[in-house]
Amino acid sequence: MAVYSTSEFRSGLKIMLDNDPCAIIENEFVKPGKGQAFNRVKIRNLKSGRVIERTFKSGETLDGADVVDIEMQYLYNDGDYRHFMDQNTFEQYQADAKVVGDAGLWLKDQDMCTVTLWNDAPLAITPGNFVELEIVETDPGVRGDTSGGGGKPAKLSTGAVVRVPLFVAQNEIIKVDTRTGEYISRVKE
Amino acid sequence: MLQRIRVFFESRNVLEVETPLLSHASSTDTQLEFFSSLYETPPHSQQLFLQTSPEFAMKRLLAADSGSIFQICKAFRNGETGCFHNPEFTILEWYRVDFDLAQLMDEIEALFDDLFDGKLNPPQRISYQTIFEQFTGLNALIFSLEDYSEFAKQSNLPDAITICGESHALWLDFLFSFCVQPNLGKNALCLVFDYPACQSSLARLNAENSLITERVEVFLNGIELGNGFYELTDAAEQNRRFDAEIQTRKTKLLPVATKDERLIAALEFGLPDCSGIALGLDRILMIVANLPKIADVLSFEFSRA
Repeated sequence: MAVYSTSEFRSGLKIMLDNDPCAIIENEFVKPGKGQAFNRVKIRNLKSGRVIERTFKSGETLDGADVVDIEMQYLYNDGDYRHFMDQNTFEQYQADAKVVGDAGLWLKDQDMCTVTLWNDAPLAITPGNFVELEIVETDPGVRGDTSGGGGKPAKLSTGAVVRVPLFVAQNEIIKVDTRTGEYISRVKE
Repeated sequence: MLQRIRVFFESRNVLEVETPLLSHASSTDTQLEFFSSLYETPPHSQQLFLQTSPEFAMKRLLAADSGSIFQICKAFRNGETGCFHNPEFTILEWYRVDFDLAQLMDEIEALFDDLFDGKLNPPQRISYQTIFEQFTGLNALIFSLEDYSEFAKQSNLPDAITICGESHALWLDFLFSFCVQPNLGKNALCLVFDYPACQSSLARLNAENSLITERVEVFLNGIELGNGFYELTDAAEQNRRFDAEIQTRKTKLLPVATKDERLIAALEFGLPDCSGIALGLDRILMIVANLPKIADVLSFEFSRA
């Protein structure tokens, strides 16, 4: 794997730090005119999602991490693992609940999502920004209510619970923003 | 801005000069990397260096009785790119014969008052030791690994301990850069003087206290703008510092530097008592124009040059 020096640290570069794959978010070059140069680097640990700040002496190097993002189709959940398929190679990958994390709340069979692979094994799953899911359980709305009301909880086919306007009914399909978990609109079939 | 600077120095009888950007000798500074180039006269070729500052050439003029001089020129520093760094940048450097550091600071303040139309808050002058203690609680002159490490841990900068080890100079660079400098000069000039001796570079040591050095740094809005000295005139001492730096460069496996024997010769002939300073004009322009990145004030920054 390639080795990167501090001067090559760019936003998005994937490197290994403390044995974990990480992504560089921000790299600031700090150098007093007559002194040692440093790089103050913001880094996201791709396993835990945590963002940390580290300082390096300029010129230090880190190993690159073999991390790639691939668009895949979500196939099914066998109870222990979720299965995904790269539609270009037809290669299938399985990911356990720890890797899938909250993304599992938004995964519907056949939907496309982004699978992050580290050394060819799934490291993280990112659902599409918007998904369309069916409401499987919600209280009946009261006639005459408009979208200006306070809303009510609705359980979706994937198990996620989102707040929806009072006029939205059970078995309807809605569009949700997976980044905020917010209701966007109803979807006409 | 260039016009104003020229008028400022003309009114003070400081002569504008021009010196070569390309020289047969390089800076030996262990913290600055130079660009080198080849002068080709087949079958021979000679290595030449782009200056990291016009300091050596200007000192040779001073030794030749030029009197006070200033220069606006390009300087080149290899490997420096960032929000506040471009490998090629513009320096304003000037030397005042018979000025001590306090008189030089007066002139720096006057220049900034002019460049900013008097809109800056009143300038602040403070010693390195005082400002360092104010923001870290540590003694900058006397190194205590234990105290410094403890402070780094508390400040959420544990990397300092592995990076700096037992080097007092590295610790000062680290803590000053991250814990002190960002707080200096809120819309005001902040002049930090009496630098610790281990950060002396080309300055004289203080006559009364050998722990400190006759060096001043200029800060505005947390950005370092320049560095000035009450200049070292002792040729033998200069020669020793050059040799020590060349040795350090060897142990650190840095590119080999060529000592400027002509500067040593000029110092032997006699450099008048003087103080001098170099300011980064691109950074000053950033602040005047209220722009966040050095690239914003350059026609084509390094990646597009």
